[in-house]
Amino acid sequence: MKLRRTMMFVPGNNPGMLINAGIYGADTIIFDLEDSVALSEKDAARHLVYNAMKSIRYSCEVAVRINHISTPFGYKDLETILAVKPDLIRLPKAETAADIEEIDELITAAEIKHGFRPGSINMMAAIETAKGIRNAYDIAAASPRMVAIAIGGEDYLADLQTSRTKDGKEFFAGRGQLILAAREAGIHAIDTVFGDVNNEEDFIAETTRIKEMGFDGKSVVNPRQINIVHEIYAPTEKEIDHAQRVIAAYEESLARKSGVVSLNGKMIDIPVVKRAQRTLAYANAVGKNERGTTL
Amino acid sequence: MINGVGRDIPEKIAGIKNVAPYVDPFSNVPVGQITGPKIVANKPRSEKVLQSIEQAIDAAGLKDGMTISFHHHFRNGDYVLNMVIAAIARKGIKGLTLAPSSLNTINEEIIPYIEQGVITAVETSGARGKLGQLLTSGKLSKPTIIRSHGGRARAIECGELHIDIAFIGAPACDTYGNINGVEGKSACGSLGYAMVDAAYADKVVAITDHLVPYPLFPISIPQTQVDYIVQVESIGDPKGIASGALRISKDPRELLIAQYAATAIEYSGYFKQDYSIQLGSGGASLAAARFLKEKMKKQGITASFGLGGVTAPFIEMLEEGLIKAVYDVQDFDIPSIESIKKNRNHQEMSASFYANPHNRGPIVNQLDVVILSATEVDVDFNVNVITDSNGVIMGAVGGHQDTAAGAALSIVVAPLLRGRLPMVMDQVHTVCTPGATVDIIVTERGVAVNPQRKDLIKNLKAANLPMMDIEELRDLAYEFAGKPDPIQVSDKIAAVVEYRDGTLIDVIRTPL
Amino acid sequence: MLQIIEPSQAGTVESNDILIILTPVSADKGIHVELTSPVLKKYGRQINNVIQEVLREQGIDAVHVSANDRGALDCTIRARMMTAIDRAAAKEVLG
Repeated sequence: MKLRRTMMFVPGNNPGMLINAGIYGADTIIFDLEDSVALSEKDAARHLVYNAMKSIRYSCEVAVRINHISTPFGYKDLETILAVKPDLIRLPKAETAADIEEIDELITAAEIKHGFRPGSINMMAAIETAKGIRNAYDIAAASPRMVAIAIGGEDYLADLQTSRTKDGKEFFAGRGQLILAAREAGIHAIDTVFGDVNNEEDFIAETTRIKEMGFDGKSVVNPRQINIVHEIYAPTEKEIDHAQRVIAAYEESLARKSGVVSLNGKMIDIPVVKRAQRTLAYANAVGKNERGTTL
Repeated sequence: MINGVGRDIPEKIAGIKNVAPYVDPFSNVPVGQITGPKIVANKPRSEKVLQSIEQAIDAAGLKDGMTISFHHHFRNGDYVLNMVIAAIARKGIKGLTLAPSSLNTINEEIIPYIEQGVITAVETSGARGKLGQLLTSGKLSKPTIIRSHGGRARAIECGELHIDIAFIGAPACDTYGNINGVEGKSACGSLGYAMVDAAYADKVVAITDHLVPYPLFPISIPQTQVDYIVQVESIGDPKGIASGALRISKDPRELLIAQYAATAIEYSGYFKQDYSIQLGSGGASLAAARFLKEKMKKQGITASFGLGGVTAPFIEMLEEGLIKAVYDVQDFDIPSIESIKKNRNHQEMSASFYANPHNRGPIVNQLDVVILSATEVDVDFNVNVITDSNGVIMGAVGGHQDTAAGAALSIVVAPLLRGRLPMVMDQVHTVCTPGATVDIIVTERGVAVNPQRKDLIKNLKAANLPMMDIEELRDLAYEFAGKPDPIQVSDKIAAVVEYRDGTLIDVIRTPL
Repeated sequence: MLQIIEPSQAGTVESNDILIILTPVSADKGIHVELTSPVLKKYGRQINNVIQEVLREQGIDAVHVSANDRGALDCTIRARMMTAIDRAAAKEVLG
């Protein structure tokens, strides 16, 4: 089960950061060709990310955030980056299913051209406008390549004509819509970044909130935020224990070729089994022996 | 002769008296007697305070070819060494051996005097910058002798390093020669390195900018060891002597290394009530203090003692009751100096008490865990902390050899790559600390345990750390950087690196 | 075959990076690389190789390359070279 608790942005024109991006334990690293790169350095970042991906083995999922295809950079980004087979292409500012379909076709063409397995390059989209939020499900379901949708921060708030508050009410409607759309489409919902790296307290509060809403993870901008998110997503001993017993009961029912799963005399539904599997996946990801302190 | 770490040590080295190759960490058994300073008498009401450094040089009887010593507690704020050498040069004295406990960048000022032949040989823990380049150039008449802090104390006590005159920068000194390091505008805290010089030099000259009426209290170096006193305007720059509280790094890579190191300690088997620890002053080492602190609090563990060059994170642990006592040979920042002044559980100690392998037991022998840094480590776990990627002296052995040998668990922390330079390689350019005394290498990409330590390999299995063989770490480093070309060196031996027991662990040849 | 027709630069002098400056020269001058690096002794040969390799791959046989290295890995050197070549308004020359 693929986890995306943390998706870390890495500025695409910084060689030191690109080289070390994989060591901090983020579930996904996103090499950024968009907002973190100055207009005059778009070409340099594209070459750098291409060459880094070509020569460095990253052990986590590698995504590239391309420039929007309405800019002069978007197509060039795709053309260059697809040649080194990223796990995931992240689009900024998706508003309609058509945005996704257009990129999907380009990826399909690139997969044929470079001889990659069809469908092996995934997509995700950031939704950064009211229009995009309204179309969230269509975007999420626009291509089988789609594995996640994310809510974008500042652009979204500007479109809403509001700004950040401590308890995040400005995001409430958008986050709610996004999570519903993602769940209906059966893909991940990823929350926006929290830029103030030194404000640990509010970061913890926000991450706890979005986890409770059902988000699968959060975009992060600094390695120091990774552990915090993973700790919040780590299940408790009690949850792990319960999940292990559910799975044991489920496996036993499989062995007995019985359609009925029961634990302590009580029937268990399949969604409960799925939730237990998810709990154990999170537990494994933090290492059962070092919970809370593992990287 | 091939020594115990596989280095080719010539049977004879011009300018070095006894060439004995290193064998292993503990087999060298010392013989003979401890040496001592010349016996002198001091009549009642005689005057020790002289008017100038020149007068002290005359009174102490400095002559061509003698050996003089200094301490490096003033770090990069030291004025004493430069000022005394300049005075000696003005007197036309030549051919001296300079034997400070270490050299800092600020001491570059003496380079002209080395070129003029005032100083013709150097024995030190290390050197940096232009001074390091000069010592590597082979232009001195004798090879420089590099010793650890414990090795230097040993060499002084057994007479291998005989100091004719010790010049001691004294932050506070009374009119009869009692000295401490905690008062005055140039306070540096512990005077641990100077204590050995004061006890064994034939003549001892205190140079102070804070002369106080008799008697001074507390006393670190007593009147019974001090011949002359000179008052000067300033013995050091406080900004260079001690920084503000050394801050814990925010560099994520250093934090990651620190976290791995703290986790390695936690699972090593040594993380128990009353364990003892030494931390280096490097970024990752200091950051490890933070993570260890969290683990100690969480598990209700306190340490019996902390050791070493002392820094603010250590002092915080002392004050919070997480460490019962701190033993201090040198201070790096203002909070540490304040602490040694006021906290009874913060004990000053000499370099011999700290690390000398040939006494009745230095405190490093009681140490459970040490975290050390490294410039290079090889697949045999040998560590280089003295030469840079161009083969030039740019660091100091310090207490590296001593604590690695003494501690039950020695952990080396370093990034796998510094820029393009791999930290783990086939062969370090210069062996300073033998791999036999190094247990764990912690990098941001992997943690390697010395295969001799089967216990640690077993214990760390539960730690959820990225465990690798040392060869895998090397291969990973080479995968990024490419295999480095070897540094081409000449036949000229510019320096020898002593192991702490006085044998030669390596030689430094002048690069081509 | 490509020709460097105007001066260009790419990269920075921050650690782990390399600053590449390309200057056009007449065809008979060939390739000249001027390299400064803190790791010259251990990696100078390899850095030079990468620069030459990229030039060869791009079919450039006359240019002056000034490379101010700050510990860049090969992938970074390649990327900076490619960017600088793109920016030098390198034009396809027939024949």
